Amino acid sequence: MGLKRKHLIGLEDATTEEIETYLNTAESFKSVFDRKIKKVPALRGRTIVNLFFENSTRTRTSFELAAKRLSADVINFSVSTSSVAKGETLIDTAKTIEALESDMIVVRHSCSGVPLLLTKTLKSGIVNAGDGMHEHPTQGLLDLFTIREKKKKIKGLKIVMVGDIAHSRVARSNIYGMTKMGADLTLVAPPTLIPQDIERLGVKVDHDLRKAIKGADVVYMLRIQIERQKRNLFPSLREFSTLYGVDEEKLKLANIDALVMHPGPMNRGVEISSEVADSEQSVICEQVTNGIAVRMAVLYLLAGGETNEIATLSRQGN
Amino acid sequence: MKLLLSAGRVIDPVNKINEVLDVLIEDGKISKVAKNIKDKAAMLVDLKSKIIVPGLIDMHVHLREPGFEYKETISTGVRAAVLGGFASVACMPNTDPVMDNTAVVEYVISKGKKENLANVYPIASVSKNAKGEEISDIGMLLKSGVVALSDDAAPLMNAEIMRRAFEYTKQFNVSIITHCEDKNMTVDGVMNESFNSTVLGLRGMAPVAESIMVYRNISIANYMKALVHIAHVSCKESVEIIRWAKKQGMRVTCETAPHYFTLNDEAVKSYDTNTKMNPPLRSAEDVKAIIAGLKDGTIDCIASDHAPHGRIDKEVEYNYAAFGIVGLETMLPLTLTELVDKKILTLEQAVEKLSVMPAKILGLKKGSLSAGAAADITVLDLEKKYVIDVNKFASKSKNSPFNGRPVKGAAFMTIVGGEIKMQEGKLL
Repeated sequence: MGLKRKHLIGLEDATTEEIETYLNTAESFKSVFDRKIKKVPALRGRTIVNLFFENSTRTRTSFELAAKRLSADVINFSVSTSSVAKGETLIDTAKTIEALESDMIVVRHSCSGVPLLLTKTLKSGIVNAGDGMHEHPTQGLLDLFTIREKKKKIKGLKIVMVGDIAHSRVARSNIYGMTKMGADLTLVAPPTLIPQDIERLGVKVDHDLRKAIKGADVVYMLRIQIERQKRNLFPSLREFSTLYGVDEEKLKLANIDALVMHPGPMNRGVEISSEVADSEQSVICEQVTNGIAVRMAVLYLLAGGETNEIATLSRQGN
Repeated sequence: MKLLLSAGRVIDPVNKINEVLDVLIEDGKISKVAKNIKDKAAMLVDLKSKIIVPGLIDMHVHLREPGFEYKETISTGVRAAVLGGFASVACMPNTDPVMDNTAVVEYVISKGKKENLANVYPIASVSKNAKGEEISDIGMLLKSGVVALSDDAAPLMNAEIMRRAFEYTKQFNVSIITHCEDKNMTVDGVMNESFNSTVLGLRGMAPVAESIMVYRNISIANYMKALVHIAHVSCKESVEIIRWAKKQGMRVTCETAPHYFTLNDEAVKSYDTNTKMNPPLRSAEDVKAIIAGLKDGTIDCIASDHAPHGRIDKEVEYNYAAFGIVGLETMLPLTLTELVDKKILTLEQAVEKLSVMPAKILGLKKGSLSAGAAADITVLDLEKKYVIDVNKFASKSKNSPFNGRPVKGAAFMTIVGGEIKMQEGKLL
């Protein structure tokens, strides 16, 4: 199984078959993780550039490690907003990067639409590592991977996603991914953090966490940014935490084996209590590990790789 | 010098004329409109199967000079105007320095005169330096040639200052053109707030931020018995408020722009920065309401809001891109294609919205082919089919979402002050 695309901009236009291909491929790569030598020669000789216009140690590190485990050459290029202020445009920067003869560019930007814009200007394959409030497709895929790994299925699971949906690219990618894979998804947040007409994406919206969390198989929390309070999107962190923070008492209302998930970094004591974050049900650290396997799968497949060749490749790696 | 326009269909709503006639022009003025005019001394122009209308007026353009000459100059702007069929343009004050003083007004007027193409009528900033704090020297500005005042550069958020501006201005019987936007509600907004802004992850600008200011400004103007003109109406609520106000007998006029009756916010899906303007492209339902407002006369005129921007302003992230699109060279074809050809407006109604009403609102003795009037005439070719190509624009900027769009109908000739300035796409 392979893919017919060379860019990954979002999960909005992904088919369920494509998503399954990503997840199955990631599974094959994850099986290599237990070995002493974790590298496979899949992308030997290819150059992958991590072009980050926004700080993100976690995502950048995860992509870097994924590329290295595929034996690609990796360059990290962080662009501070100051060099943009000097008059160099996004396009200038991207063309400079491509002049380094990159095969793929992993891009993170605070503005929605930048990865799509780059596909129109550059020849390299573009992987969206998070753009503004738009999408963060590899996060969506690694969350699906984690759920499938733990629950052995996604279809029919009751998932509640709690927090700042409006400003979250993680939420958008997960909404597309989870609904395409057949999950029953409810978004829980105050109305100020629910964007207009989001129900049209096939989700339910609730403002009462205690009600919505009942019988949930997965409880997914999003990071709340403190700055949102200044725009009057919620009155105080205390009120937010009281109404929408997941603590042990609220978690008890979910299924006894419900997974607790968070894309990180967490605000302990705000959207998630420490007890919940560190509980047996929490798979937050596994999300991070799975992120490497999923990103390996994404880079590999977009570069033209086939899932059934991984077994051969991993033998070469050893 | 005499010019005889022969055998075109003359549409002159003011004089209730709609028939095939000849038009004789003498010394820059309309001399006679009649059947079979004979004048051997006149240069004959055969306009069989063409439409002769009063010179079109675009009452909302940004010519960018002084200050932003890399986007547009008065020279390139008036070329775009006559090529687009416009004999006159009224230009907005968000220049650098702001057009809030007679020196800048006189500069713009003299530059326009030097070009000797379209008439250029400046609109001055209603507040000093467009800061919305103190009102400009309105009386002196009017003496120097300003045809209206506007807060288009920066909406007047303070209702007390808006009130004083209307109250002070009413003595001059001149309109204040207001850009209706509650800036507190649109911070960081880049597109219409809708399902599409949700999907695209772009910050929305709610239609209500426009409509509440439409109501506020009509309300204040009527309390003060002053003249108010609402710029670029884009949403259903605004149309409904203006329709209601007119029914109440309140004095208000308004305009919309071609993009608000042709495009909706689905167009933003490509993140093409040429779909970014303020007010933003709204929903399909809003487009319907704009069309209904044009049809029933709620919306008085069509103006382009011609807003040239350079590549460095537009070839950037959607969030950072400048608002606005060029419109002088697309407004007439879009109006003819989308409104006249589709039988939403009659040709008479289109001429009212593109010439008669703008002249009336700006207090210009134009918009008709009455004998003795300045011979500003646009000749239309309703059959001309072509595809819009930004690279053929005379405007310095090419920021248009209409590139590649097929249209039917265009200006065949533009006559200003009795002189043919443009014929079949060529400047004369």
